[in-house]
Amino acid sequence: MLSFTLGRLVSLCLSLVVASLVIFLVIEVIPGDPAAYMLGINAQPDTVLALKAELGLDKPMSVRYITWVTGMMQGDFGQSYTYRAPVTQMVEDRILVSVPLAVYALFLSIIIAFPAGIYAASRLGRAGDITVIGATQLGVAVPNFWFAMILVLIFAIKLRWFSAGGFPGWDKGFWLSIKSLSLPAVALALPQAAILARVMRSSLLDILGEDFIRTARAKGLNRRQVLWGHALRNASIPVLTIIGLQFSFLLAGGIIIEQVFFLPGLGRLIFQAISARDLVVVESVVMLLVFLVIIVNFAVDIAYVLVDPRLRKK
Amino acid sequence: MTKLTRLLLAGTAILIAGVAQAQNTDLRVAMQLEPPNLDPTAGAAQAIDSVVYSNIFEGLTRFTSDGSVVPGLAASWDISDDGLTYTFHLHDEVKFHDGSAMDADDVKFSLDRARAEGSTNAQKVLFSAIADVTIVDPLKVKVTLSKTNGAFLFNLAWGDAVIVAPESAADNATKPIGTGAFLFKDWVQGDHIDLIKNPDYWGTPAKLETASIRFISDPTAAFAAMMAEDIDVFVGFPAPENVPQFQADSRFQVLVGNTEGETILAMNHKMPPFDNKLIREAVAHAIDRQAIIDGAMYGQGTPIGTHFAPHNPDYLDLTALSSYDPQKSRSLLTQAGFPDGFTTTLKLPPPSYARRGGEIIAAQLREVGIQAEIENQEWAQWLETTFKGKQFGMTIVSHTEPMDIGIYANPEYYFQYDNKEIQALMTKLEGTTNPSGRSDILKKAQIMIAEDYVNGYLFELAVTTIAKAGIEGLWLNQPTAAIDLTSVNWQ
Repeated sequence: MLSFTLGRLVSLCLSLVVASLVIFLVIEVIPGDPAAYMLGINAQPDTVLALKAELGLDKPMSVRYITWVTGMMQGDFGQSYTYRAPVTQMVEDRILVSVPLAVYALFLSIIIAFPAGIYAASRLGRAGDITVIGATQLGVAVPNFWFAMILVLIFAIKLRWFSAGGFPGWDKGFWLSIKSLSLPAVALALPQAAILARVMRSSLLDILGEDFIRTARAKGLNRRQVLWGHALRNASIPVLTIIGLQFSFLLAGGIIIEQVFFLPGLGRLIFQAISARDLVVVESVVMLLVFLVIIVNFAVDIAYVLVDPRLRKK
Repeated sequence: MTKLTRLLLAGTAILIAGVAQAQNTDLRVAMQLEPPNLDPTAGAAQAIDSVVYSNIFEGLTRFTSDGSVVPGLAASWDISDDGLTYTFHLHDEVKFHDGSAMDADDVKFSLDRARAEGSTNAQKVLFSAIADVTIVDPLKVKVTLSKTNGAFLFNLAWGDAVIVAPESAADNATKPIGTGAFLFKDWVQGDHIDLIKNPDYWGTPAKLETASIRFISDPTAAFAAMMAEDIDVFVGFPAPENVPQFQADSRFQVLVGNTEGETILAMNHKMPPFDNKLIREAVAHAIDRQAIIDGAMYGQGTPIGTHFAPHNPDYLDLTALSSYDPQKSRSLLTQAGFPDGFTTTLKLPPPSYARRGGEIIAAQLREVGIQAEIENQEWAQWLETTFKGKQFGMTIVSHTEPMDIGIYANPEYYFQYDNKEIQALMTKLEGTTNPSGRSDILKKAQIMIAEDYVNGYLFELAVTTIAKAGIEGLWLNQPTAAIDLTSVNWQ
């Protein structure tokens, strides 16, 4: 177990280093000068040069890369060019929207998908199964931003139960914040739930056909005991993989949903920062997302081992 | 179980209860773009001015909604007979939001800072005529110009010329300290900026107690937020296709006003064949302005025939010079030696006037044989390669700076128009202070660039403000980017 964890940790660190290099190079290569962007079309060339010097953009690329990476290791993401504020502080506020939104959506996805998947598997070929299959087919096909607009039309414009978007801030009240994240979370969760339910169903069906299930039934366990005691745990590896992927997707994929609901999350920050060529912010936020995704993958790897002791020996 | 059910029901009820309706002295405003920071003296982003102009920061003079320049922090001024010395008399008892007094020291500091070497003021050229700023007494400042500048009072009304305090200037990007009728309260980045009434304001106090400015960039989201009445006012509403729905709804009022945005099809004069006047004339006659306004802007926008704002008293309607006439366009092309047309590039920045307008223009040009290869660019990319790098045949952009006909005298400017006559005319304009003399020169310049077909002149950009019925005092026009809330109130 220890060597397994250590191995995963080493590959985690390597991934981070490679990611930092790729992110930095890609963003440096695309055309666009943050100073020129900030000063607009009436600025005089000497003003642009003065601003570049003030922002430290006149230094060579290698120096800037090393400053960035060493700063990050010490928890200092640097100063945003356009916002003129420390990136760490800007990112902190945004994480408190994006991560809860992703967790909320994943939670909804799981509480919908698990019962649906298990129910469908237990009703194989019957009406219940076919209904779930049909519903999930629809769920997979619907794009989440379109679904989000439909939710806004119904619940914000017609019924007026929810506001059409925005985020009041956690300090204005927990329930108020949860409420404002509800429509976006539902919009994000339903397509994910559909995928997860299908994986849950097929994975359970695979397991239910195995010899050891027949053995368990033969020794006198009823269907329910077999399902909860034997099948579910064995069926959970593919489900865990999908949950890990989905969390990463929800974190990074919130960009469009954050636009639709004008939420002050990481996605919106990165969107603004890219168009303003605020390199420091883009690099740091992408790096942070990479870090979060790698951590989630790491956690999923560890979870595999906890669920399936056989993997420890490999 | 019943307990749990009750708890769940209670929770749901709280969730659904909704936010309390706004009081009559609170206003929830929305705009499309979020300002990157709040210092109007160190950036060109219009969103900065939209939030802070007149609300937080004030200059010696200021714009009103109709574009006229009125006294701001300067109660009055004397101009010497030679037009070189301006003596400003400042209002008494003006305080910055941190409690310190605003006096001649701050005026000198602000003007010197903006024009200093190494200044990062995006409109540094506004201050280029200033030779010296001297403090006469705490309420009197003398500004000496090196050459007469007829637009000097106008220049001082820009957001880039606001008066800031030496102690707080460096932090204005995140904690703006000005003299305006609103205090900066809070900025939740990505979401909103809160302003509250300045109780110690030196002039007419604001009627609103609080104003919250939200940022909603997506047109569909903007529509939804307005329809759901999550916001009270949307300045610069980004979905023109939905405007009729608001006009038909008695809950709302729709204001369609002018901006200073001359939207032009710019041509690169150093890129053949655009160095040939016949070609530029052919392009101008190939364009059907009304089709562009209808197709790209849903009918909003005023056709222009030169680089000048139609609401300006000195504006001349020269659209007839470049009327839509494909037949004439084709014969001009033949005359210029391109009977089968030619191929060029059309670089389009992100705003919808450019993207939607560009598609229509490319189709119109194709009718006369000109193949315009469209390339969509982000702003930063456009600034780098098209504007600065000058790698383009044609591009579409809206020039939103007020009174910017002077760009035609700068041969280095991106469309690279080099004409000694207009350069001499603009120098003469700078030295002319009497209004009728200025008016004559401005008219002459408009005719000169229209007759030389420097660029394709499309339309003056409109600005749509959607507000709840019962809100008064909003600006109709945008002579400068501003959401001036100082005289806004609920009926």
